[in-house]
Amino acid sequence: MTAALSTGREVGVGPRKITSEPRAGWRRLSLRALATAFLFVFVVLPLVAVMRTVWEDGWRVAWLAVLSPVALSALWLTLWTAAVVAVVNAAFGTATAWVLVRYRFPGRAFLNGLIDLPFAIPTLVTGLMLVVLYGPQELLGHVLAAHGVRLLFAPIGIVLSLLFVTFPVVVRAVEPVLREIDADQEEAAQTLGASQTKVIGRIVVPAIGPAIVTSTLLTFTRALSEFGSVVMVAGNLPRRTLTAPVYVFGAVESGEPGAAAAMSLLLIGLSALLVVMVDRFARRRALRLGLVR
Amino acid sequence: MSMSPPLPPAAVESGVGVPARARGVTPPFGTKRPRRGPVAPLVRKRPEPQGPLRTLLLTGVGLYVALLVAAPVMAIVASAFARGPFAFVHALFAEGGAEALGLSLGIAVVAVAVNTVFGIIVAWVLTRDRFWGRSFLNALVDLPFAVSPVIVGLALILLFGPQGWFGSLLARAGIKIVFAWPGMALATIFVSLPFVVRQVSQALSDLPHEQEEAAATLGAGGWLVFWHVTLPNIRGGLVNGVLLTTARCLGEFGAVLVVSGGVARMSETGTLFIYRSLEERRDLGAYAMAFALAVLSLSLLLAAELLKRRRTMELGGHRR
Repeated sequence: MTAALSTGREVGVGPRKITSEPRAGWRRLSLRALATAFLFVFVVLPLVAVMRTVWEDGWRVAWLAVLSPVALSALWLTLWTAAVVAVVNAAFGTATAWVLVRYRFPGRAFLNGLIDLPFAIPTLVTGLMLVVLYGPQELLGHVLAAHGVRLLFAPIGIVLSLLFVTFPVVVRAVEPVLREIDADQEEAAQTLGASQTKVIGRIVVPAIGPAIVTSTLLTFTRALSEFGSVVMVAGNLPRRTLTAPVYVFGAVESGEPGAAAAMSLLLIGLSALLVVMVDRFARRRALRLGLVR
Repeated sequence: MSMSPPLPPAAVESGVGVPARARGVTPPFGTKRPRRGPVAPLVRKRPEPQGPLRTLLLTGVGLYVALLVAAPVMAIVASAFARGPFAFVHALFAEGGAEALGLSLGIAVVAVAVNTVFGIIVAWVLTRDRFWGRSFLNALVDLPFAVSPVIVGLALILLFGPQGWFGSLLARAGIKIVFAWPGMALATIFVSLPFVVRQVSQALSDLPHEQEEAAATLGAGGWLVFWHVTLPNIRGGLVNGVLLTTARCLGEFGAVLVVSGGVARMSETGTLFIYRSLEERRDLGAYAMAFALAVLSLSLLLAAELLKRRRTMELGGHRR
């Protein structure tokens, strides 16, 4: 299958300039070509296929597909749930990181272990877990339904599953930065008469702020693309609880690759933009701090 | 007993009689290099703030994690074993569950193999090589984290499906990629691509060039240097990357769902088995497989965490 994949694709994509590296022997060049070919075949080629499909159908068709009421409401639902999740996750993620680093309490190791669970558990399983817990005939859902609260098959269910899936992102980004802050700095500030809020505002926030910003953006990106857990809990009613990735799935299943590709391209563009933003932000900071050349 | 005379400033500057660390010479590999300043401030306990903020944060975070993470996990465990361990085992392996687990593991093996070999190459090229377009390649590595799995499945259908670019070519050759395991393997490779690259890149950039250069100076060829100097040093990151990749492969759902075409039992992974079980109203089978997959990938991540901890302890790093 790789033979079929690699028909002449990697010939033209090799590096053009070798001047920066004087000792570019054949071994180095072949490794470079191999790495480039691998990434082009496995990452670029699939994405190009999506772009090509949109291009072949014409921009007008793609535009109409994305602007159809169902697609538009799916996109809007995805965007606002992702935004809510990003904000909530930023707040609770930072609080959790703070608790883990600054406080010693019984059960701290257990809490630390729980945080990585969402990374380990397959997202489909996450969705299933929420259905089991909050489903109308199930454990907690039964109680909630009696009080007229419905979490599943509603946007709140989507938010819940996204919060579960993205929970570790902010915690694990903020935690190491928080730990690196020298106790000396804060103590010095306190000795000089700074109040606790001032210490936090002047020393802690500037230190962990960038980590919070980048991880919040990553949470948003992750939430935009989530499928497995959302498809389980959302109910996927068009114009009500159908998110953009689930819309793509539905379009593929009902034999409309054009509409699916159009929505996909939009989502890819959004994610790529966010990833580039995060990368730029992190690099500029690293440059300023002298961490990289 | 004679005290050693103070060294003249010139001697200090030339570094005579001054410990290597103070001279700013890179210590030999394996000795611990503190990141910032001496070790003491990291170990010293920060005075722990007491008061209403602490209580508020602890209860808030505790409740949040308990409701958001712990409660759903307990719910699925309770449901999987609701009818006892024998019913659990039966539901897990009946109705194609065993085959599904087997296919999941098989696809994981293929994806891990491909991503390990090429991951090392990509990581090496990204950290050790400088050329035009390197940062572009670097950005490509992160894309699979950002692209929705469903889109990956769609892309593979557009490429290899009956009406796809290579569709007619493949049909003539009699090769089936989409709606069969090769397509599912391709999708899984895409989705789990970044882990090995990122972990090995990290290990490679932590590894000083000097060792590799010394070996090369002593006449070792490129392959020899890699096998005897580079690989042993990046082993920890590599193992970590492989474990994370495996966990990600076992849990993949969206991409595999689109590519498999929903052919029951023929091309069905563990996650697809869950999906079908729910549609066919065999809930216990879904719960059992969900539990099994979660435990599998959880133990992989746990192993990665333990390995990482042992390594930092060996290097004398600070404990959590």
